[in-house]
Amino acid sequence: MTEIRIHGRGGQGNVIAAYILAQAAFECGKFAQAFPSFGPERRGAPVTAFVRITGVPVHRHCQVLAPAFLILQDHALLHAAGITQGLLPHGKILVNWSRPIAPATAGNGHQVVVIPAASLAMEYLGKPVPNTALLAALLTLTEMLPLQALERALALRFAGEMLERNLSLVRKAAQMVPAGLWKEAADARSD
Amino acid sequence: MSVTPPPDSPAELQRRQPVFRGLDAGHLACQGCGQALAARLVTEAIGPDVVIANATGCLEVFTTAWPRTAWRVPWIHSVFANTPAVASGIEAALKMQGRDTRVVALGGDGGTFDIGLQALSAMFERNHNVLYVCFDNEAYMNTGVQRSSSTPHAAMTTTSPPGRERMGKRHLKKDLLSIIAAHHIPYAATATVAYPSDLRKKVRRGLAIEGAAFVLVHSPCPLGWGHGGELSIEVARLAVQTGIFPLVELERGALVAAMALREVRPVTDYLKLQGRFRHLFADDPAAREELEHLQALANHNIELYRLRGARSDPRDSEGADTVRRGGLRWA
Amino acid sequence: MRAAIEGSAAIARAVAMCRPQVVSAYPITPQTHIVEALARMIAQGELRAELVSVESEFSAASVVLGAAAAGSRAYTATSAQGLLLMTEVLYNIGGLRIPVVMTCANRAIGAPVSAWNDQQDSMAMRDTGWLQLYCADNQEAVDTTIQAFRIAERTELPVMVCVDGYVLTHTLEPIDLPSQEQVDAFLPPYRFSRALDPRNPISIGNLVTPEYYSEARHAHHQAILRAREEIIAADRDWAAICGRSWDGLLAVDGPPDARLGILTIGSVMGTLFDARQAHPEFGAVKLIKLRAMRPFPVAELIGACAGLSDLIVLERALSPGGGGIVGAEVRAALFEAPSRPKIHNFAAGLGGRDMPLDLYPRLLARIAHEAPVQFAIFDLEPERLPPQER
Repeated sequence: MTEIRIHGRGGQGNVIAAYILAQAAFECGKFAQAFPSFGPERRGAPVTAFVRITGVPVHRHCQVLAPAFLILQDHALLHAAGITQGLLPHGKILVNWSRPIAPATAGNGHQVVVIPAASLAMEYLGKPVPNTALLAALLTLTEMLPLQALERALALRFAGEMLERNLSLVRKAAQMVPAGLWKEAADARSD
Repeated sequence: MSVTPPPDSPAELQRRQPVFRGLDAGHLACQGCGQALAARLVTEAIGPDVVIANATGCLEVFTTAWPRTAWRVPWIHSVFANTPAVASGIEAALKMQGRDTRVVALGGDGGTFDIGLQALSAMFERNHNVLYVCFDNEAYMNTGVQRSSSTPHAAMTTTSPPGRERMGKRHLKKDLLSIIAAHHIPYAATATVAYPSDLRKKVRRGLAIEGAAFVLVHSPCPLGWGHGGELSIEVARLAVQTGIFPLVELERGALVAAMALREVRPVTDYLKLQGRFRHLFADDPAAREELEHLQALANHNIELYRLRGARSDPRDSEGADTVRRGGLRWA
Repeated sequence: MRAAIEGSAAIARAVAMCRPQVVSAYPITPQTHIVEALARMIAQGELRAELVSVESEFSAASVVLGAAAAGSRAYTATSAQGLLLMTEVLYNIGGLRIPVVMTCANRAIGAPVSAWNDQQDSMAMRDTGWLQLYCADNQEAVDTTIQAFRIAERTELPVMVCVDGYVLTHTLEPIDLPSQEQVDAFLPPYRFSRALDPRNPISIGNLVTPEYYSEARHAHHQAILRAREEIIAADRDWAAICGRSWDGLLAVDGPPDARLGILTIGSVMGTLFDARQAHPEFGAVKLIKLRAMRPFPVAELIGACAGLSDLIVLERALSPGGGGIVGAEVRAALFEAPSRPKIHNFAAGLGGRDMPLDLYPRLLARIAHEAPVQFAIFDLEPERLPPQER
């Protein structure tokens, strides 16, 4: 089972990102579960969402305590206290950031990959919502699902020109990270 | 070629039973009960094609002691505060079923002015096609005459007793009609058991109009008001003739008609018949002050609705002096 | 059709396929997504129903009462304080035996105010005279919602489908959504034998004097007991259509000769299921899932507990000053059983506290060393209590 934790702020599409990732896994025959951190909803407040992806049915309905990957939709969260809490020793961090390299001090020793997801989204979608580009990057880095799965999941939510723009964004984001870099981490079982 | 309506159709039932009584005899109301009379008049005006939702109160209690019922129309009682919402649900259901059976909600002043006001306001805001009739006997009679927000100023109830420090109810009767008017529902009116044809006409008018309608019926309670059962009609008539309870009609919140008074009577004519105002006739400056206060309230109504000095209306077929005044906003 | 879908969206789809004519609700988290989804379907013309957006849950319950009594299928949903605000009307719907269906998206009750999940709300409604069915996951929520309409309408009793708020309502997982044809084959159009109708005028909600009151209560009690057969039949018949059974009133998973058992209610079941696989060192452990809280399945429970030496009753609510609510009922049900296990009653997961996988080994380790636990909050953190209350 691979578990992923998505950090962001209310309004950045964190829960949607988790749902799309789980739907992508489902689209290629895997079992998946996605849920937000529970509580009242406020725009701008830190929000967390979780995804489980596995080859067997998921029965549990408990929180994700030890994710293999973190997705940070807001780079400032990289320095937030406790951001890497529970992250597995081999766990990796994917960050939305327009600078090319993350500072060496960030990530508490975990490998950090950055991608200018919001800028890409601004360019392709006309709004700075980083989630689609981050998901494309994660799937490329881990190769845990084919990119087509993400495209099918996006097709469940978007149609017409908006879907085309999203698909272009996916392809662009995928080119910006090294394919398979995190494959080993994705294969390691977290349970 | 004429089409014969099915024998069980409401229209045919109405034709075969011209004096249909939705609320039949044999119930357990007190002698002279204004509410029982009002409910009978209201259901006569409605006819058989109706569903009634009834709030908790005397009317529910004296008409339905299991295994009997005095109702000849489909009738439901749920709880005290929710009658407008129950009626809303019935109306929504009948609408979905494509039926034009009318929905009427009945409540007392406790259920309408007080505990059910929130649900009533919401039903009016959503403009359900429901006629809400409030039988206003100005206190909680079912529980033994406690004050409600409809109880008139200075009236005695078991929870507003007069004494050395008090002269009956300290507060004014809630101006419910202004609250109703602020909802701008298609039709609202006041009526009384003392003018039955006027009451029937207003009920029929409320039913005929598409959307929410409200009729407030002044309904004497001999037990709670402290008068003989044989005086119920007289007391109700005096409430109108003194200006204490004006009979008016509103459309979309605007006053369109008021029953004029050919001869305005002093409020003491109304008050002195009722035990609940007996303390106001004591030799006491405070009592005299309250009498003046009540007269001032009646005068205010007479001014506000211009009730005085009208001639009888030749178009009025109801035996009551209904004068169309149009244009004056209620609030 | 199998889809990865949010729990609330799936429940709303299930409700829509049951073709309710009147839907009424008031916003409260975490129930809102269900009614929002229904509102969208109505706005798009995908569902032909009247949506009555009321000013309180008290009125929402009253609207569905009126609608169902007037002959239309009616649905509402709520949570927590909203459910409590409905209380008077819920007793009334129960006593009048009006067949409405409600989803309770379970949430804790304030004070202290909590926006998170436990089951205190629906447990507080245990005695309203409604049938209560609890769901372990969103697939069960979908299937139970559809079954609930048939159970309600055949028994002329209201049904509350309890679904853990957030934990299920806000979780996206793969769900088999039935087809409209499957639902239509299972659920006939709504017909209420006592519908308010001028062609056959009856009075509903009469005053009942002491001469008849006990008889009315007896009849209501018996009707709820008899509803067990309809709950079982609905589950069986729905399984024949869609291939999924939820074992009627009570589900048992594990070897029949197990000595240890854990009985629970709601969504923690799946977590215990996964945890049991991860912890074979505790040997055979029977997991007992209470699906029907009302009617309470006494006979099934006695059968399920046969051979157990220890039974843990794990619940997400309590009666302060009393103890566990489910625990007390389980004890009472097993009291007359020929042999009964030691019963350890714990509450956990109150006010949204996570019930992690390691709850399973910790529970089993605790009962191995202790006399039966009358009642305790299992996942209490004593250091968070003020010193004088530790």
